[in-house]
Amino acid sequence: MIRYILKRLAMGVITLFFLITITFFLTRIMPGSPFDTANISPTMLETLERNYGLDKPLDQQYVKYLSDIFHGDLGLSYKKPGLTVNQIIARGFPITLRLGAGAFILALIIGIIVGICMSVTGSEINRGMLLTLSTLGVSIPNFVLAILLMMIFGVSLKWLPTLGLTTPKHYILPVVSLAVYPIAEISRLVHSSYTEEMNQDYVLMAREKGLSVFQIRFKHILKNALLPVITVSGPLFAFLITGSFVVESIFTIPGIGKEFVNSINNRDYTVIMGLTIFVGAIVIAANLLSDIVCVLVDPRIRLDKK
Amino acid sequence: MLKKEDYFKPIDKRVQDSEFIALKPKSFAADVWERFRENKLSLFSLYLLLSIIIIAVSGPFLSPYPYDGMNSSMTNRMMSIQHWFGTDQLGRDLFTRSLYGLRISLLIGFISTFINVGLGMVYGGIAGYAGGKADMAMMRFVDIIYAVPSLLYIILLMLLFGSNVRSIMLGICISGWIGIARITRAQVITLKERDFSVAAYIQGASSFRILFRHLFVNALGPIIVEATLMVPQAIFMEAFLSFIGVGISAPEASLGTLAQDARMYLEIYPYQMIFPIAMLCLVIFSLNFISEGLGQALNPKDRR
Amino acid sequence: MSLLEIRNLWIEFRTPHGTIQAVRNINYSVENGEILGIVGESGSGKSVSMLAVLGLLASNSVIRSGEILFNGKNISPLSPEFKNRPDLYEKTMKDIRGNRISMVFQDPMSFLNPLLKIGTQITEGIICHTHCTKAAAKKQAIDLMKSVGIPAAEDRFDQYPFEFSGGMRQRIIIAIALSCNPELIIADEPTTALDVTVQAQIMDLLKKIADERNTAIIMITHNLGVVAKLCDRINIMYAGDIVETGTTDQIFYEPRHWYTRGLLESIGMNIGSGRVKLPSIPGTPPDLLNLNKGCAFMPRCSHAMNICRDYKPAVSQFNATQAARCWDYCKDRADEIVAQQDKEETLQ
Repeated sequence: MIRYILKRLAMGVITLFFLITITFFLTRIMPGSPFDTANISPTMLETLERNYGLDKPLDQQYVKYLSDIFHGDLGLSYKKPGLTVNQIIARGFPITLRLGAGAFILALIIGIIVGICMSVTGSEINRGMLLTLSTLGVSIPNFVLAILLMMIFGVSLKWLPTLGLTTPKHYILPVVSLAVYPIAEISRLVHSSYTEEMNQDYVLMAREKGLSVFQIRFKHILKNALLPVITVSGPLFAFLITGSFVVESIFTIPGIGKEFVNSINNRDYTVIMGLTIFVGAIVIAANLLSDIVCVLVDPRIRLDKK
Repeated sequence: MLKKEDYFKPIDKRVQDSEFIALKPKSFAADVWERFRENKLSLFSLYLLLSIIIIAVSGPFLSPYPYDGMNSSMTNRMMSIQHWFGTDQLGRDLFTRSLYGLRISLLIGFISTFINVGLGMVYGGIAGYAGGKADMAMMRFVDIIYAVPSLLYIILLMLLFGSNVRSIMLGICISGWIGIARITRAQVITLKERDFSVAAYIQGASSFRILFRHLFVNALGPIIVEATLMVPQAIFMEAFLSFIGVGISAPEASLGTLAQDARMYLEIYPYQMIFPIAMLCLVIFSLNFISEGLGQALNPKDRR
Repeated sequence: MSLLEIRNLWIEFRTPHGTIQAVRNINYSVENGEILGIVGESGSGKSVSMLAVLGLLASNSVIRSGEILFNGKNISPLSPEFKNRPDLYEKTMKDIRGNRISMVFQDPMSFLNPLLKIGTQITEGIICHTHCTKAAAKKQAIDLMKSVGIPAAEDRFDQYPFEFSGGMRQRIIIAIALSCNPELIIADEPTTALDVTVQAQIMDLLKKIADERNTAIIMITHNLGVVAKLCDRINIMYAGDIVETGTTDQIFYEPRHWYTRGLLESIGMNIGSGRVKLPSIPGTPPDLLNLNKGCAFMPRCSHAMNICRDYKPAVSQFNATQAARCWDYCKDRADEIVAQQDKEETLQ
């Protein structure tokens, strides 16, 4: 098992490296200068470029960038002088994390419960309805949902606030907008996995032993059924992070999603680069974590001494 | 009627053999279609999608206005007989623009999926068929690309190559084919051990022929289901990008950019946002339901 | 009084393609301590009748009629006691399952939960039925594991199913079946998934259990070799019906029904010396959706007569233990049988 974890870690590092390299070279070959060339003299331009290290050859810049990252320095913003990318992250990430984690936990709880209900209910009508609802849930783009919720609950009914994150009430709309897709996705996954497990032979064996329904459902089936959910939580987390881009924009929440969108609109290349690498690293870490948890939980892989 | 004296006479062989009743043979496609039809929701979605496509394609013939025809005297009008969906802040007819946007969205969705499926099937098929070190190397390479969220690639590409349809499709195709490649590879690995593949091999069929004629055809089931899911994902991705401002640039429009344009006026002129969003949702809904139905039709034992 | 008696059991399955007649009016019994073999092809209904005893049939099944008498008490869901009380039926069943009647299944890998330790899987039945402490159950489980021949039982108690070989896993399943000292063990093809040497060991184990604990065993299989070694009596099933029954000697040395004879010939009995082609029963297994109106075996029977096509033969009892359902032996009763079945048909 340790070998597997080490291998995955190595893959993660290589992937991160790959990401940094690609991001670096793509942003460096962007057309035009990051500075507002219309309003500054050529000598000013040269000074600026020297200050930001842009006059050196590309491979030297690359090495410097890598070593900077190693030391945790993700660079300076071009458009907002004096502001480092690290500061931007420090300001915005905790907020995004709160939103994302909230949506994730909500999605897990509700998704699993709904998924089990779908599998276990005796009523075909109920199951059909829930299945249709979950298909609808995965079909609404999260920004559409965010706008709809904002329009209905914020603007028309004026029940919930839509700007910023000052009170707990402010969390409701953004978290819900983020969580609907994962809830639907998880419930479908749990439903399909749980139903498949329900038809497995060991369930017949458990019934044959005379075990109670509760024991069979939760002790035997649930464990097996939840394995795919662990596998999918990495990518789902990635989806939540990218989803936060629009949700933060719509609800004016100062997380890194909004910063990222702003930096794109402003063409602030170092910030784009720095945030891309940061977000990418988080996603890679999340996938790695979910893979490792998978390995830990399944004794077949964990105890495989070969 | 059986007569008493005939009771114990040996039975006529032909009568005995006629007891073997065989089920009518039906082609695979007909079977799948029949099962698909049973799912009313999916069937309805299929018709809905076809209608949407027909309307989108025939858009230019339905409307007298060009999609970029600005008319400063008619800005921000509500729905009327002349302008079925109203006009936007530059006086352009929203109905035409919505249809135009619909066309672009559908185009991006289907073409990029088509490319992804092609690429994925070839890559996955070769990896699965070759096996061994080549397979491992190919899949490791793919794992690295896959690990990075595709959104990030796409944004960088859009900034680099400009905001147009080609860039978006390029971005979607960078890592979009990987899912199909994995499925194809898994299918090929299972199927190449099956008796029919071994039989083809023994008969001297070339690897190429085996791969295409035999293995792919049998692997198509899960690939089709995945492909029908990829179309709405691509459409969603494009809308998402446009919405955050990295999408197609004016005067061209997609449903996402229309929504983005309407954002500023959301509280005053909500209708400008509602129509493109409604269309977007309808397209994605119907594709998802079709995919659901296809999945059930191709896998009868999945049905509850 | 027999330990288990089945009377007029009729089970159907509703499918989108039609109704499958899985078990058609069968009657048999099992005595304490005896080993009964049920032999038949796939689809002959051998497993279905047993699952019905424990109330484990699939949801699309319908028990049209039948009494299932366990120690004299009717435990069929159609009995007056349970007819409109599914909750009472389920409660009674839970008490019987794993406790007084238990089952051993075919494929030990898929019948064990891959994510639970086998110690847990053995003790949960014990705790469920006897409500003893975990420690007591663990001790009992380890004793059981030893008695079925699993070495290093204390250490292996905490291992997972995939850490055992196929034969060992089947022994675990047998240990689970024994855990509450049942009066009857139903073994559904327990050796089919194992290789031959292991098969022999498992059969010896089962025989030992029957002898030492006086447990009755119903052995369901399609393998005549297993049956020859192990069983006291044999029921031969075809298309949901018992076509012949008798002691092991009687079935092997004096088979009456043509299906039984076909089976025995196909394993090489009654062939004699010299090189001959191995006989086989012609045709394909019966289509349970469209069975022949008369004798179900008629399409494949080398001795079929005209009457076999339209009318079902009655059971002919040859002696205290052997009986068969074939027109060859009830010709003298032909008139009554024909009249009876004609009457039934007009009533439908």
